[in-house]
Amino acid sequence: MLAKRIIPCLDIKEGRTVKGVNFLNIRDAGDPVELAKIYSDDGADELVFLDISATNERRKALSALVAKIAKTINIPFTVGGGISKIDDVSVLLDAGADKISVNTSAVKNPDLISDLAKQFGSQCVVVAIDIKLEDGDWYVYLNGGSVKTNLLATDWASQAQQLGAGEILLTSMNNDGTKNGFAIDITKKISQSLSIPVIASGGAGKMEHFAGVFKHGFADAALAASVFHFKEIEIPELKKYLLSNKIPVRI
Amino acid sequence: MKVAIIKYNAGNIRSVVFALERCGVNAIVTDDAAEINSADKIIFPGVGEASSAMRYLQSKNLDKLIVDLKQPVLGICLGMQLMCNYSEEGKTKCLGIIDADVKQFIGGEKIPHVGWNTINQLNTNLFNGIAENEYVYFVHGFYVPLNSFSIATANYIVNYSCAVQNGNFYAVQFHPEKSATVGEKILNNFLSL
Repeated sequence: MLAKRIIPCLDIKEGRTVKGVNFLNIRDAGDPVELAKIYSDDGADELVFLDISATNERRKALSALVAKIAKTINIPFTVGGGISKIDDVSVLLDAGADKISVNTSAVKNPDLISDLAKQFGSQCVVVAIDIKLEDGDWYVYLNGGSVKTNLLATDWASQAQQLGAGEILLTSMNNDGTKNGFAIDITKKISQSLSIPVIASGGAGKMEHFAGVFKHGFADAALAASVFHFKEIEIPELKKYLLSNKIPVRI
Repeated sequence: MKVAIIKYNAGNIRSVVFALERCGVNAIVTDDAAEINSADKIIFPGVGEASSAMRYLQSKNLDKLIVDLKQPVLGICLGMQLMCNYSEEGKTKCLGIIDADVKQFIGGEKIPHVGWNTINQLNTNLFNGIAENEYVYFVHGFYVPLNSFSIATANYIVNYSCAVQNGNFYAVQFHPEKSATVGEKILNNFLSL
């Protein structure tokens, strides 16, 4: 049976793993290569690396870091942050990344999704969508959650699928950093309306939250950062818990 | 031991190179006939679309070269599908090493089949030390139906063949290079054949 995936996310800034709340109060969370190794040994199913300082100068350093990670770990991983053209992706895939994620640049230029899917295959194109609930509707936000658009989350997710996205990484800004659980309703709505996998993100605080987003949110995977970095939840323990709740996971 | 990874227009093979490095082997990535023929073990990887991959192999005469190989060959993902007779993906004739036709997943679940799934009915030394129901990592939208060359099965929408063998040709649908320690064991088993 296909397992539900647990995905630690590492925010990278100038070569270090960092974690803040809404990009404020950023704390150092360690060396990304070491953390990546620990997570893959612990039973993480995939890893996501987001370069939050992504600039042109930093990109070369990032591809060197990606190569180090790829040499070290034996599970799939995604790299995102500041990707806006095919060349950015070639560099990261050549360095050993399995998938890349695009966010703001894909909203500004939706053809980027189809171009990337044609060039590299849908399996490596993750479209990350940051969403916020306002007056009963979920809107897409850009630039790390700082710029509102009039796009509805449901519309953009289906458009991304049509253009050739292989997976959707859905982050609820309302839930992110709260540790009060994932946004179940919108995750369910989008997951059930799409034929591609949905990774739920934002709000993980307890093991029950993961069970909830798999059982009631129909997520194919769940992503979290600080609960793993600061060892509030250990992956082996989380997987045992999920298995005992009849959620198929890889142990 | 000389290990050659066949270079063609199919996806990112860096992860295969790195996985073999973790197994202690520095593989070469090449489309040169002499280099491939002189290797002790050959890996035929692939992520991509079947008909364009076949066209590329034909344009480089790699199709004939692969069929005639005598040393152990491991096809991975698209590499496995290309070893079959025919693929529904791009409606293309394939290499004809495995007597089966590749079909597209239809209905019931999300497509492609992405993520960790269990493997069963394991056979041959490729799966030495691997228990039934171990998890490996899959990413594919087309599959090889059950057939007489099957040496492992998986279940997603249907029961299908996720590994095959015919003589010196072995192939797996999943990605051993991304399947944690289980995948590394399978790669090591292949290197020990």
